[in-house]
Amino acid sequence: MTAVDSATATSTGNGTGIDAWTEVCPLDAVPVEEGRAVLLPDGTQVAVFRTHDDQVHALCNVDPFSGAAVLSRGIVGDLGGVPVVASPMHKQHFDLRTGACVEDASVVVATYPVRVRGGTICLGRT
Amino acid sequence: MPRTLVVIGNGMVGHRVVQALRDRDTAGGWRVVVLAEEARPAYDRVALTSYVDGWDPLSLQLDGAEFTGDAAVELVLGDAVTAVDRAGRTVTTAAGRTVAYDALVLATGSAPFVPPVPGRDLPGCHVYRTIDDLDAIRADVERARVGRGRGAAMVVGGGLLGLEAAKALRDMGVSPHVVELAPRLMPLQVDEGGGALLKRLVEGLDVTVHAGTSTAAIEPDRGRLLAKLANGTELDLDLVVFSAGIRPRDQLARDCGLAVGERGGVVVDEGCRTSDPHVYAVGECASLDGRVYGLVAPGYSMAEVVADRLLGGSATFPGADLSTKLKLMGVDVASFGDAHATTEGALEVVVNDAVRGTYKKLVVSDDAKTLLGGVLVGDAADYALLRPLVGRALPGDPGALLAPAGGGGGGVGVDALPDEAQVCSCNAVTKGDIRTAVHEQGCADVPGLKACTRAGTSCGSCVPMLKQLLTSFGVEQSTALCEHFTQSRAELFEVVRVTGITTFSRLVQEHGRGRGCDICKPAVASILASLGGGHILDGGQGALQDTNDKYLANMQRNGTYSVVPRIPGGEITPEKLIVIGQVARDFGLYTKITGGQRIDLFGATVDQLPLIWRRLVDAGFESGHAYGKALRTVKSCVGSTWCRYGVQDSVGLAVELELRYRGLRSPHKLKSGVSGCARECAEARSKDFGIIATDNGWNLYVGGNGGTMPRHADLLVSEVDKETLLRVIDRFLVFYIRTADRLQRTSAWLDAMEGGLDHLRDVVVHDSLGLCAELEAQMAAHVDGYADEWAAVLDDPEKLARFSSFVNAPGAPDPTISFREERGQRVPVLLGVPEVSSR
Ligand code: SRM
Ligand SMILES: Cc1cc2nc3c(=O)[nH]c(=O)nc-3n(C[C@H](O)[C@H](O)[C@H](O)COP(=O)(O)OP(=O)(O)OC[C@H]3O[C@@H](n4cnc5c(N)ncnc54)[C@H](O)[C@@H]3O)c2cc1C
Ligand code: SF4
Ligand code: FES
Repeated sequence: MTAVDSATATSTGNGTGIDAWTEVCPLDAVPVEEGRAVLLPDGTQVAVFRTHDDQVHALCNVDPFSGAAVLSRGIVGDLGGVPVVASPMHKQHFDLRTGACVEDASVVVATYPVRVRGGTICLGRT
Repeated sequence: MPRTLVVIGNGMVGHRVVQALRDRDTAGGWRVVVLAEEARPAYDRVALTSYVDGWDPLSLQLDGAEFTGDAAVELVLGDAVTAVDRAGRTVTTAAGRTVAYDALVLATGSAPFVPPVPGRDLPGCHVYRTIDDLDAIRADVERARVGRGRGAAMVVGGGLLGLEAAKALRDMGVSPHVVELAPRLMPLQVDEGGGALLKRLVEGLDVTVHAGTSTAAIEPDRGRLLAKLANGTELDLDLVVFSAGIRPRDQLARDCGLAVGERGGVVVDEGCRTSDPHVYAVGECASLDGRVYGLVAPGYSMAEVVADRLLGGSATFPGADLSTKLKLMGVDVASFGDAHATTEGALEVVVNDAVRGTYKKLVVSDDAKTLLGGVLVGDAADYALLRPLVGRALPGDPGALLAPAGGGGGGVGVDALPDEAQVCSCNAVTKGDIRTAVHEQGCADVPGLKACTRAGTSCGSCVPMLKQLLTSFGVEQSTALCEHFTQSRAELFEVVRVTGITTFSRLVQEHGRGRGCDICKPAVASILASLGGGHILDGGQGALQDTNDKYLANMQRNGTYSVVPRIPGGEITPEKLIVIGQVARDFGLYTKITGGQRIDLFGATVDQLPLIWRRLVDAGFESGHAYGKALRTVKSCVGSTWCRYGVQDSVGLAVELELRYRGLRSPHKLKSGVSGCARECAEARSKDFGIIATDNGWNLYVGGNGGTMPRHADLLVSEVDKETLLRVIDRFLVFYIRTADRLQRTSAWLDAMEGGLDHLRDVVVHDSLGLCAELEAQMAAHVDGYADEWAAVLDDPEKLARFSSFVNAPGAPDPTISFREERGQRVPVLLGVPEVSSR
């Protein structure tokens, strides 16, 4: 496994303009091609995903279709080369990089800046 | 010197009048003044609900709405007309303008009808007609959200517009309640049977329907609203949207003495002229033959008529087709032709399939030969097939036309369609276009047809028909599992079995492409498990499992899980029953006896699952695999031990079968039942494999199914002893596991099998393929290798690590989950239902 030590970027978290990073867990706490939920101090829930190439992505954990906080428990894979998670509730897919729903372009879940530093996953404050 | 046309109202139809006139008035005979109450240029009101998607008013604006660069059109926005002086031929506006006219068009549309409910003027009460209305609704929704997450709203009126409003509210994150006075939804479009089904389908989408009742009062209640319904129900709400019908805006006409219809609307003749020859009325404010049209297409026809008349023509209103097909929140509804059977002697043919969730009605002539109209709910795929047939001879018996395809009746059958029939109504693609795409452009699958013809790219409801057309044009359909594997499930099973591959990543690398998805990953995980791949969370397999298998529990609608311990054969000791009760009490779990003779405990969070199972495992319980595509229950009747008719020990056999096959992973779930005599109290013939006792042994039935497509099981062998019985079941199950498609129950598998039951009997009883020894060996390996999945999780810290709501805050409860009480037990607070207690 290659732990990524540089700033691994999601589409929103390209390192610019983010002044504070919160350490959430070791990279190894998220198995490859799985997700885990993170609870932020303000009660927000973020789903952190790790893909096969050890990229990490962070989306809002709430499934916008059911309202349940479950996206982190979905299956991670790809559709036409796009890394996605399938909502475990009713199987809609979300682009891990942008949060866009594959089945319904009008639905987009929030993304969060995320990076791996020293083997630890950190979420950026936006 | 051009004459002056004044148009009052700049809605969809008023705009069309001006457009049509400007297109045709090449001689410059008219200048046009448009006086509009709304402050924005004409927009697409039909698509109003889509405003919610991006809150961009410009996306709705109609083409050419501003008449930029056209000196002959003067558009006055935000200034309503207040009076018409017919004698002086002038109109006066609110801002004090007076405009003289040679001809006047009333295009004032209609206003939402707000029933006289006490409290209807309170803040938070809205109507649903304009962009401004939606902006006001949005502001209230946002206010309601602050601090509460999700609000609740009441929509008064369950017609087409009410359901649109409910959808908009749902899309805004509010839980809608729809209150409809009539006993059913969409009373104008669908009949009673269709309405009942529509209610069921819409309720499945988190819209609560209160039909057959009215709103008695709305009261302010601590910053929210309290609605009291006539049937005694009270609703806590953040906002109310009235959508109880429309009333033509005919006040100007009344004030200036124009004739007005009995039920409202400015009376016009077929040339759209009012009782004053200088004044026309079009769109929703006009009443033609006592009828007001609430759809845009008839309004557009009227606009064309007026433009023609203004230029000296004599066009008349051609009449309107009121057929509609809608997708409301994903539920198909269509009505066409004489949907309510008003034609003299009309006959109705109804197929109401509660199981499939479809309702279909055809209205036919008294000799049952000509199609007059119909109503479709739940599945409107036949709309495209049936609507072109209205007024034509039916291609077959009406009952057969409605039968589900493949269900024996045959359905309409795409072969019966003429080439000019529209297959995709969204994109106006005909059967002939599809034929050309297949035969001349080489389209061989649905994605190809989409790219080539645009069919199927909008609402998607025609996709099943596209598949049927491909088949009927002789194109073979792909059996590929998904985009990552070209193989079918059965082919992949053989690949895994023969190569001995034990990981998904190797399989996809060597035999597929990409990284996999939620279709192939669980399918492969199931194959690996059927072939004895160890614990389902071992060796990275956790990432492959559907969420239920991933957490060894069934996910519920609020993200909590249910727990189902195995109770083999439904037999349980009082001590064990007490333990279940204690566990349920201690963890506050909702408790229900299932349809499978066991007990389901609901509302456990991921963190609680291991704690609950620690207690259950210690008391001798095992996983019931309610979460897995695996053996569920072997139902039993009480049998010869107690029952005075029983001829064999059905409970004993059921327990033995359940213990033998527990944990067996298969393409879909497996259910069984054992009845002690032919009275069949265990409903064995509705099971994948069911056993019925006879005086001389056991009868084995296979391929039964309850569920969506019920099927009675077929007799495979009769009057065999127990040893033979087990051997045949072993073979049957492994043969199924090896060769079925993903998520294909034994019933569908058997129906699709070439040679059917006889072939199956040849293979698993007479060993015609010489496979039986192998099949038995695979089952023996399963039986020997069985271990309880939950006990294994509890013994392994690595597996246990998964069971925490938050990776950075183990033990912290999920703040989105809360419960309320119902009939003495905890149930989830549905999104939007006001909270009563939270944990
Ligand atoms: C709990 C229970 C209802 C109850 O309160 O009684 C139930 C609950 C569910 N059923 Fe069922 N079914 C239950 C008995 C049945 C029965 C009756 C029976 O088994 O005798 C049937 C019809 C018989 C059959 O399967 O042929 C049944 C036919 C279905 C189907 C349709 C299957 C089909 O082939 O058409 C589904 C959907 C599916 O599996 O894809 C389903 C799916 C489900 C799911 C798993 C839906 C889901 O994905 O969440 C429900 C899970 C609830 C949970 O979390 O525990 N359930 N379900 C019953 C559990 C029995 C048990 O102890 O294991
Ligand atoms: C949410 C929604 C969904 C719909 N869906 C469909 C559908 O799927 N299919 C379908 O066929 N139809 C649908 N309709 C109906 C369709 O929008 C109407 O039939 C159509 O807009 C009628 O056009 P109109 O010009 O007659 O009236 P409107 O579009 O209502 O225009 C009338 C205009 O006149 C203005 N006005 C009124 N009085 C005055 C005055 N005194 N002075 C100046 N201006 C005035 C009003 O402000 C308004 O702008 C839907 C309507 C709504 C609200
Ligand atoms: S328990 Fe079964 S029948 Fe009831 S809602 Fe769930 S799946 Fe449908
Ligand atoms: S009918 Fe809507 S996409 Fe074809």
